[in-house]
Amino acid sequence: MLQFLVRRLIVAILVAATVMTLAFILTRLSGDLAISIAGPNATQADVEAVRKAYGLDRPLTVQFFDWVGRAATGDLGESYFFKTKVSTLIGERMPITITLGLTGLVIALLVSLPLGILAAVRENTALDRVVQMVALVGQAMPSFWLGLILMITLGLQLGWLPISGTGSWQHFVMPGIVLAFSAIPALTRLTRAGMIQAMGSDYIRTARAKGLSRASILLKHALRNAAIPVVAIAAVQLGFMLGGSIVIEQVFALHGVGFLAWESIGKNDFPVVQSVVLVLAVIYVALTMLADLMNAVLDPRLRGP
Amino acid sequence: MTVMSVTAGPKRGWKSISTWIGAVIVGIAMICAVFAPLLVPHDPFAQDLSKRLLPPFWMAGTNPDYLLGTDQLGRDYLSRLIWGCRISMLIGVTVTVVSALIGITIGVLGGFLGGRVDDAVLFAITTRLSIPVVLVSLAVVGLLGSSMTLLVLTLGLLLWDRFAVVARSTTMQVRNLDFVAAAWCAGCSRFRILAGEVLPNIASHLVVVATLEIALAILLEAALSFLGLGVPPPLPSWGLMIAEAKDYMFFSPWVIVIPGVALFVLVMGINLLGDGLRDLFGARTDP
Repeated sequence: MLQFLVRRLIVAILVAATVMTLAFILTRLSGDLAISIAGPNATQADVEAVRKAYGLDRPLTVQFFDWVGRAATGDLGESYFFKTKVSTLIGERMPITITLGLTGLVIALLVSLPLGILAAVRENTALDRVVQMVALVGQAMPSFWLGLILMITLGLQLGWLPISGTGSWQHFVMPGIVLAFSAIPALTRLTRAGMIQAMGSDYIRTARAKGLSRASILLKHALRNAAIPVVAIAAVQLGFMLGGSIVIEQVFALHGVGFLAWESIGKNDFPVVQSVVLVLAVIYVALTMLADLMNAVLDPRLRGP
Repeated sequence: MTVMSVTAGPKRGWKSISTWIGAVIVGIAMICAVFAPLLVPHDPFAQDLSKRLLPPFWMAGTNPDYLLGTDQLGRDYLSRLIWGCRISMLIGVTVTVVSALIGITIGVLGGFLGGRVDDAVLFAITTRLSIPVVLVSLAVVGLLGSSMTLLVLTLGLLLWDRFAVVARSTTMQVRNLDFVAAAWCAGCSRFRILAGEVLPNIASHLVVVATLEIALAILLEAALSFLGLGVPPPLPSWGLMIAEAKDYMFFSPWVIVIPGVALFVLVMGINLLGDGLRDLFGARTDP
């Protein structure tokens, strides 16, 4: 178990290092950063001043190791536009993105688990096909468009929910629903497949033979086993949702990390862009590690000697 | 030599209505994409400010010349929709070709060679999955300026993960089968075995992955264009059409309903066809 964890940690660190390198290369793709930061009306002297001020006159390798060295100690540099520390900026915006991601995950689980169980219990019936259709619809739904449609219907016409902003918990309901749509197909299919497999296994036959009630067999015995991969994938899905929330944050004007990144791309504020890429990647890696851990904790068979 | 696994039960594959619905939708989309210049009733780029925001045919006050109405600049919505289909399909297919080349190469090498190479392949897949796709594509397009070529290359370089995962796992299964051993014994070269024995046997799985990837690429392109960092205007990408119509959606909701429904139906059709093909081939697409 310990060996497994150490190996996973080493892989995680290597992944983070690779992403850092890629993010660094990415922001240097545009050629001369000093020119783009100085703006279209800048003179040669302005560009030179910017180049000096931001340390862009140093060799690329020096800039790279400087960034890596600082990032390793938690210093992500300073934003060119906001003139504050990038770590502070991300720290301020992160709660909104995390709230959105968790809201989306909870809604997705509340929909997927019952649907998946229902479909498995009524396998190959009309109900099963309806559930699979729901999964297909979720997969094909353009999230930004669903967001706009919800704004028109739930927001404007019915007036149930606020259209945009972050004032209250109600502001997170619509974006949460939209975000949940991206996770519902995978979670529903996995629950269904897990339940069907569990229901066909020997221990369920034993439980039936003992005369246990249907509810007890379903929820206590089958679901416990079917839920293991679902819980693990849910953690990974949360990682994808945090990364994908950039579109939804923009639609609903939620000023989270994704919105920050989107703004910063428009302003050539590359310390922010490369840091958000890095932070999201690290969160994803941490969540997949958490998923493996949960797998091991929930399923004693995977724990090993 | 190919292995057919038969898992098709009743109402699967071509016997299922949903596969046919998918095939018809994809067929219509392909016709629209290929013959767009012949099919459009008006020039999709021609503006006529005297005919702004005409409503579509099911509403009052329509103009029979403009079946789906016009947009905020008086451009024919049906023509832009057909042209947008061309753009969506073009991007979906080209992105998938790029990502298939990368993913299949990586996956087959990892699955076939195993050992250190496979460790490196797994590491590449893990790293790729940890990179937020939308954010990185937005950053690339934002920094380098939007163009179709750049968009296709960026998405292609980011979406190869599923090809790699499926190619790797299916190659591993095929590698240990008897006919591969027979080919080794017959003295076939590594390349001959890869191209002649392994690839044909994993091809059906990869075709199914390709349909899923085309659908995903179309959705991503629409999202990026919606955020203003995808296909450059005035090209009528469906995502861009929704973004441009957003300011008018509270007064005339159909301006975002029409391109959105088109996008949904196309992606749904591709996925239905993909599901049908998966059942037909008995292929696995789960990572």
